[in-house]
Amino acid sequence: MPVIPRLVYLPVVIRFTKVSKRYPTGTGPAVEAMTFHVGRGEFVFLTGHSGAGKSTVLKLMYGEERPTEGDVRVSGFGVGHLGRDELPRLRRRLGIVFQDFRLLEDRTAAENVAFALEATGSRADVIPQRVARVLEQVGLANKSESFPRELSGGEQQRVAIARALVNDPPVLLADEPTGNLDERATRGVFALLTDINAAGTVVVMATHDLDLVRHAARRTLEMRDGRLVYDSSADAGVDP
Amino acid sequence: MNLLWREALLAFRRTRTLSALSVTTIAFALFVSGLFGLVALNMRAAISRVEERVEVIAFVHRGTPTQTLTVAGQDIAAFPEVLTVSYVSEEDALERARAELVEFEDAYKDLEVNPLPASLELRLKPGFRDAASAGNVAERLRSFEFVEDVRYGEDWVHRLDTLRKMAALIGLGIGLAFALVSIVIIGVTIRMTVLQRAREIQIMRLVGATDWFIRGPFLLEGAIKGFLGGLIAVGLCAAVFGAFRAQSIALGTGLLFFGPAQAVLLLIFGVLLGFGGSLFSVGRHLRNV
Repeated sequence: MPVIPRLVYLPVVIRFTKVSKRYPTGTGPAVEAMTFHVGRGEFVFLTGHSGAGKSTVLKLMYGEERPTEGDVRVSGFGVGHLGRDELPRLRRRLGIVFQDFRLLEDRTAAENVAFALEATGSRADVIPQRVARVLEQVGLANKSESFPRELSGGEQQRVAIARALVNDPPVLLADEPTGNLDERATRGVFALLTDINAAGTVVVMATHDLDLVRHAARRTLEMRDGRLVYDSSADAGVDP
Repeated sequence: MNLLWREALLAFRRTRTLSALSVTTIAFALFVSGLFGLVALNMRAAISRVEERVEVIAFVHRGTPTQTLTVAGQDIAAFPEVLTVSYVSEEDALERARAELVEFEDAYKDLEVNPLPASLELRLKPGFRDAASAGNVAERLRSFEFVEDVRYGEDWVHRLDTLRKMAALIGLGIGLAFALVSIVIIGVTIRMTVLQRAREIQIMRLVGATDWFIRGPFLLEGAIKGFLGGLIAVGLCAAVFGAFRAQSIALGTGLLFFGPAQAVLLLIFGVLLGFGGSLFSVGRHLRNV
C-alpha cells in the first residue's frame, strides 16, 4: 500500500487519547483504547469491516456519542464534557456527510444547502451567493432547483457535501459517502473530497471500499473489533 | 423572525393532513371544554338568579311609629351586607296578599282587622346571599326592639348553599378533567408532528442549529394550531348553542353565551395548549436525540 508521510509539525485538529466507547446494551466495546491524531490539511481513511467501529469513531468526533473513557478533542473542543450549548458550536466547525445523504426531500438542492446557513443564523442577504458558490464548487450549479428525487445518487451526495461545506468548516467527516454509489459516481465524489482537502479542509472518510483506499494513497487508519490495528503514517516513521 | 414564520408555515404546507388533524383535535378538545364552560356559565347564572331572591324580612310590632322605622331603615341600609331596605306597611302587605294569593281572595275580602304585620324587607348584596350572612343579618335585626320576628327561609338558603358548593366542585372537577384530557390529546398530536419531522430535526442538529432555533418553528406552529383550533371551537360552541336555543325556546330565553372576554380566554387557552404541547414534545424529543 502506498504511504504518504504525515508531517509531524502540522497542528493537531483531531486527537483521540486512549478512547473507549461501550454501549450499555452492547456485548463488547464499540471502540477500545484508541489513540491517534489528525493534523491540519490531512486526508484520512478510516477503514475496517462493518461493525469494526468506524461510525462510532466519527460519532465521537461530532459529539453524537461521548467516550466512556479517554479524551476526544476536535477543533479545540473536548467532546467528552461538551455542554448542550457547546454542541452546536462544535458542529458548526464540522461538515458531516452520510451514506444515505440525509437531504430534505421536499426542498430543492439550493434550499437544502441554504438550510445549513439558515439553521446557523447566517445573514439572509449573503445566503444566495454562498449557496450558488458552493453548488458551483461541487459541480451542480445547473441543478440547484432540482429536488433530491430528481437527482442521481452521486448528485445527491454532492448536494450533501455542498451543505457540509457551505459553512466553511475546517473539518469534513464522511461516513461511507460512496457506499450507495456506483463506481463512476464514487470516483467523482472522491475526486471532489480530494479537491476539498487540497483547499485546506481536513477530511476523515470512513469506508470499507478497499479498492478506493488502495488507489488513493492517503493516510489510512484500520479498525478491527473496535481497536486501531493499523495506521499507515506509522509505517512512515511517524508516531500516530 | 421571517425565517421562523416561513418555516412554521412551510410545515403546515408540507404536512397538510397531519396539520389538519392537529387543528381538528385541538378544536374538538377545546369544543368539549367550551361546551362544559357554557354549561358551567349558565349554571352559575341560574344559581345567581335564584340567589337574588334571598331576602331577610323583619316583621315589626303593630303600632311602631313610621318615623322609628324610617330611622332604623337607614341604619339597616348601612349594614355591609345589605343592598336595599324597603318598608312594607300593613296595608301594602294585605294588598300584596290579595294580589298574590288568589286562592285566599275570599278570606282576605271582608276583613275588619288587617291581620298582616308591617315589615322591613332586605335584599342582600351579591356575595352575602348565603346562609351565614343572612343568619348574621337576621341576628342583628332581632336586636331592634320593634322587631317581632325575622325570617329568611333558613332551610332554603342552606340548600342553596349546598347547591352552590356542589356546582363549584363539579365545575372544578370536570373542568380540570376536560383540560387534562385536552392537554394529553393535543400533546399526542403534536408529538406525531415532531416524530414526522424527526429527520429534519436531526439534520438541523447536524449542521449546528441550536436547540432554540429548532424549537422556534414548532412552537410557533403549535401556537397557530392552537389559535385555529380555538377559533373553530368557539364557532362550534356558537353553532351548538344556537341550535339548542332554537330547539328549546322556553328554556332558551335565559341562556347565556360566552362574552368576548370568555371567547378570547378560550382562544388564549388554545394558543397556550398548542405552544405548551409543542414545547414539551420538542423538548422531550431533543433530549432523546
